[in-house]
Amino acid sequence: MSTATTTAPAAPAAPRAAKPLPPISWRAPIAYAVIGLLSLVFFALLPAGGQQTTFRLSTANDFFQIEPITVSSTGAALFLSILALLLAGLSFWAARDRRKVGIWLPIVFGVLVVFAFLSWAGAGKAAIPLTGLLQGSLFLAVPLVFGALSGVLCERVGIINIAIEGQLLAGAFLAAVVASLTSSAYAGLVAAPIAGALVGVLLVIFSVKYWVNQIIVGVVLNVLVVGVTSYLYSTVLTEDPGTWNTRTPLPVLEIPVLSQIPVVGPVLFRQTLLVYIMYVVVALLQVFLFRSRWGLRLRAVGEHPKAADTVGIKVNATRVRNTILGGAVAGLGGAFFTVAAGLAFGKEMTGGKGFIALAAMILGRWNPVGALVAALLFGFSDNLQTVLGIVGTPIPSQIMLMTPYVVTIFAVAGLVGRVRPPAAEGIPYVK
Amino acid sequence: MTQQAMPDDAGTPVVPPTAAPPSHTEQATEPPAGQTILRQMLESSWLVSLLAIVAALVLGGVLIAAADPEVQQAATYLFARPSDFFEAVWSAVFGAYSALFQGAVVNFSAPDLQRALRPLTETMTVSTPLILAGLGLGIGFRAGLFNIGAQGQIILGGIFAGFIGFTFSLPPGLHLLLAVLGAALGGAIWASIAGVLKARTGAHEVIVTIMLNNIAVYLVAYLLTTTAFQRPGSSNPISPPIPGSATFPLVLGQGFRLHLGFLLALLAAVGVWWLMERSTLGFRFRAVGENPHAARTAGISVAWVTVWVMAIAGALAGLGGAAQVLGTEKVLTAGVAASFGFDAITVALLGRSRPLGTVLAGLLFGALRAGGFAMQARTGTPIDIVLVVQSLIVLFIAAPPLVRAIFRLPTPGGPTRAERHAARRRARATSSTTPTTQEAGA
Repeated sequence: MSTATTTAPAAPAAPRAAKPLPPISWRAPIAYAVIGLLSLVFFALLPAGGQQTTFRLSTANDFFQIEPITVSSTGAALFLSILALLLAGLSFWAARDRRKVGIWLPIVFGVLVVFAFLSWAGAGKAAIPLTGLLQGSLFLAVPLVFGALSGVLCERVGIINIAIEGQLLAGAFLAAVVASLTSSAYAGLVAAPIAGALVGVLLVIFSVKYWVNQIIVGVVLNVLVVGVTSYLYSTVLTEDPGTWNTRTPLPVLEIPVLSQIPVVGPVLFRQTLLVYIMYVVVALLQVFLFRSRWGLRLRAVGEHPKAADTVGIKVNATRVRNTILGGAVAGLGGAFFTVAAGLAFGKEMTGGKGFIALAAMILGRWNPVGALVAALLFGFSDNLQTVLGIVGTPIPSQIMLMTPYVVTIFAVAGLVGRVRPPAAEGIPYVK
Repeated sequence: MTQQAMPDDAGTPVVPPTAAPPSHTEQATEPPAGQTILRQMLESSWLVSLLAIVAALVLGGVLIAAADPEVQQAATYLFARPSDFFEAVWSAVFGAYSALFQGAVVNFSAPDLQRALRPLTETMTVSTPLILAGLGLGIGFRAGLFNIGAQGQIILGGIFAGFIGFTFSLPPGLHLLLAVLGAALGGAIWASIAGVLKARTGAHEVIVTIMLNNIAVYLVAYLLTTTAFQRPGSSNPISPPIPGSATFPLVLGQGFRLHLGFLLALLAAVGVWWLMERSTLGFRFRAVGENPHAARTAGISVAWVTVWVMAIAGALAGLGGAAQVLGTEKVLTAGVAASFGFDAITVALLGRSRPLGTVLAGLLFGALRAGGFAMQARTGTPIDIVLVVQSLIVLFIAAPPLVRAIFRLPTPGGPTRAERHAARRRARATSSTTPTTQEAGA
């Protein structure tokens, strides 16, 4: 599989031209072209013309109001699909010349196709609330972002974290209980990371001390957390919900001035404290993971623990600390399900979001900002399904719900380029 | 990761505890025979498995006691009358576990023998899909593939079995055979997606199978809204009932739910044993699992093995779906797989990926599940405690050193107590200040 990319190790003096070039990968351009053509045929050419699609952009308390935009649905879809096909052509040209295209191309391409889809799906229906769509997307992406960041931390240090789901659920549980006991949502926000960190402790004890396969530990810890939280929910929490499991919603904090910018303001700055913490955590991780001594050591341990050990880094101690930290990050994300969403705790309420977070981490190539973008993508498709359900859509909801998983499979199968996990992940370090 | 796909002592062949002599008996000072046998028993992985179950049940008991209102009541005056507290703990834990046992094995309070043994047949019924899916996952684990997708493969098996079952009308035996084969095919196709992607592009099977699980859940939910699958005249997501010609015959008559699917599971276990231990194909699977690089050097196509392993694992999980749809439920619903696919992972791990172990582990988890319902009905202890016990069992099983440390068992291959004492004496004689190497090795 990797024969084409390996080069002879003992040929540093050979002229560069002698090195055989790797074969051109046409996979991505072909995929863009196919998706663009599908968009053109199904959203622009096949539907009957003459219908209008309306996008609503403003909310009530912005600085100024933007009028809802109304376009001809087939016309807009045609325009957007052709733009998407032009991008596909650009991608072909870049692939032929062996140029690298930036990360902007898939993003812009995706936005174009999504809008083509929206103008088809909203044809002749009620206006599509674009601000609400984006705001909800960001909101739904919160647990995915925290979960994916937890995965980034753990896997970069060499521990596979399948237990993200369990960490989210533990965080959701403890956040709800503590918030309910203290009648303070913020206390719940403090408690959530502790629960996640505890799951992280179990994960790291079994992987570092007992060398148990990390995927096994992760899978089993997920079951354990489901069992413990469901059991406590069915006994203690349901016996006296008034004390243990009252709804304690986290208030929405509007950032003055910024929140009144049309479109951007409500989406980014009319959220709960958890979302603002998320911005900070993503930024901090992105900087410190790649620009600090801590980050360098962490990555060294995940890529080549022996080399790290040789220069005096304590491999297992680093793994223990950062896996627990990762657990805490995921636990904080768990607070989304209860205090941030304003719900009481329910059995298995994370509903597989931890696994989606795992996928987001891989799509984001083990990179905090990449994970953020991928998580937003999942949040968007999740929310799109809800919004289109309200507006009314020609597609069955189950198919819509399936889409992010199909996209993930395409992504891990190498459509977005080969992803490479940290080299030493999953391998216990034995001196 | 592929080399480390199993807990560290899972690779030891399953042998009776007295068969294989441990290495230290080769030493000159032969300990008495009785002591050797005792020591071999203490070192056996079966004992560790048993103690892991005990430890998990004890921890589960702690949770049962902690959530019991009477225990909480008695704990408020623990120091005034500790006996009350311990009585409350005992009655809560014993009550729950005895209800679990009676719901899973033998019901002592039943009026006749038939009803007394009914719980045991329920256990066998519930364990059928667990065994079938667990066998498939076990093959994957031994070939170094971590297939989490049994859930989706069971669902696909259920979809195929159900569709063949309620759409066509065929003669009895043939109809059942076709439906069962269809289920195996459905599971195999679904699993092969992950296998092909892994073989061709290197996509990690854990992620792909997790995604395929979710897709399968929505796929069956969607199909049950279409005219081809939905029961005519019903607005619920439920298929038409499976006709008698396509259902598994009952083994013990109308009084019991136990159907031929259980025997199919046992047959499958024998088949998997033959495949893995006696066939060339199984040898290749194991070779790839042990060391893919060495296997490739030896001329085995790793990609080909990956696809085959996934297909066979998927076929077995698909049979598990058939057992549900054609045997236990006799209808296709969105909840066809319940949580069998995830439980099957723990079953395969507990069974150390061996057919016999998987059957026993499947029966144990089937018993926990069947008994869990009885326990919930009788003592009000939620069935969720079963999940806790199951996961703790697997955690303990996966970490034998932990169990050995809890129960202070000797380490296999390590020095016996007499040898340790001798070593210590020698160390003292040579006035060495550092601890003995043997102790560090233990």
